[in-house]
Amino acid sequence: MEWVNTIVQGILLGGLYAMFATGLSLMFGIMRLVNIAHGDFIILASYLGLVVVTTLGFSPLASLLVVVPLMAVIGYLLQRYLLNKTLGHDILPPLLVTFGLSIILQNVLLELFSADSQKLKAGDIEVASITLSEQLSVGVLPLLVFLSGVAVIGALQFLFYKTELGRAFRATSDDQDTARLMGVSNSHIFGLAMALAMAVVAIAGVFLAIRTNFDPTVGPARLLYGFEAVIIGGLGSLWGTLAGGIILGVAQAIGAQINPGWQILAGHVVFLLILIFRPRGLFPRSVD
Amino acid sequence: MSKLKISNLTAGYGDFQALFGIDLAIGEGETVAIIGSNGAGKSTFLRSIAGLLPNQPEAVEFKGEAIGALHANKVVEKGIALVPEGRRLFPSLSVEENLMMGAYSKRSGPWNLQRIYELFPILHEKRRNPGTALSGGQQQMVAIGRALMSNPELLLCDEISLGLAPTTVKDIYDALPAIQEDGTTVLVVEQDINQALAVADRIYCFQEGRVSLEGRPGEVSKDEIKVAYFGM
Repeated sequence: MEWVNTIVQGILLGGLYAMFATGLSLMFGIMRLVNIAHGDFIILASYLGLVVVTTLGFSPLASLLVVVPLMAVIGYLLQRYLLNKTLGHDILPPLLVTFGLSIILQNVLLELFSADSQKLKAGDIEVASITLSEQLSVGVLPLLVFLSGVAVIGALQFLFYKTELGRAFRATSDDQDTARLMGVSNSHIFGLAMALAMAVVAIAGVFLAIRTNFDPTVGPARLLYGFEAVIIGGLGSLWGTLAGGIILGVAQAIGAQINPGWQILAGHVVFLLILIFRPRGLFPRSVD
Repeated sequence: MSKLKISNLTAGYGDFQALFGIDLAIGEGETVAIIGSNGAGKSTFLRSIAGLLPNQPEAVEFKGEAIGALHANKVVEKGIALVPEGRRLFPSLSVEENLMMGAYSKRSGPWNLQRIYELFPILHEKRRNPGTALSGGQQQMVAIGRALMSNPELLLCDEISLGLAPTTVKDIYDALPAIQEDGTTVLVVEQDINQALAVADRIYCFQEGRVSLEGRPGEVSKDEIKVAYFGM
């Protein structure tokens, strides 16, 4: 039963990792942009959540109402006025610019909030749990995080495959020049894609802040988990990204169960195994 | 007044200049064909008009408006659609989604999904398939249909017969009269001289980025075309 419990916890953690990964996957899928600052934006969202909670007196979950639109606007402006200028045939400029952004974000957060660990206190919900059997119970908060991850991916799936905007995203991802011939403004559509990615980042950041301690330097590790989940799941597949997050979460939970020091290592090992045996991930997009 | 007037258009890629001062005019409802060998600058010319390559504003005049500096997404809003060389369907979109992408600019006019399916009935049957799973000829129909979905006043067709079987080419060119019926002006680029002479009201021949011949199909001799096309 202990192992069942471990796996359940791993799956629930995977929902959070899937949210880390989704934003990354959107940016790469649509704009071919590898955002090195992705993890730092997650932490920025955590701090924005903290500011909203402490200054406006919102509950951590209600802070999403402010943080999500705010991050979306930041994302749109960032893409439109900075990152679009770095995009081209060369993949290096966006890498360097987002690397620079990562350093800037970490230092600004350090300057504003100090290096102290912070956490969003969500009250009773943090310890509430649903008892499934005598030996197995599921935390309400981890479950909520997981279900949010599934809902986010379901909503994105709907947006991508059932709406005109989603069609334009996919067309732009396939062939930017031809999409322009259809009337798509690449810079605007990229801005919208980044806004969407940052909205997901905002949800992930606030949930991260409720689940664990955070400080200005923990962003890069979130970036790594996001990358690993995307690559395990296979680039360009949203449900694959969820599966990637879950596999990473379960691997980490099992590693921690064997030896508490092995949690992160186990995730990396599974990631490396997938890279060796299925370099395109478990659920790659059929058309490339 | 010309529908489209090109004046002293130059274009290229980086340091490579492909077009050297092209002058050309197309009247309302006219069908004009551009012929020329590989590398003559025909596709570059269409890409310039469509806004995929940067231009001087005055180099391209459409209905009296200087549109040379507009980006491709604005050019299509003005009523110019390009059927690109190689068809360039969106691989992750179905046939119907490809067609619907053509309507992204939301220009009003006679073309909609139903009319495209009437023009190319096979596309209705295959509407749920991925665009790229179709035969070459059917893909070309999707590419033409997609361009028509923007309800263009000027349709630019880049080598629509390239790599297709002669019967398929005939099927595709048979659709031209239906397209022109609504007053759409058509500019085709063709390597196939006979095909170009058969459909065009006027032809231009390009050679090394310059216009080497201009005339009506009945008025230019085969020898003149040969010289203009091959430069010998």
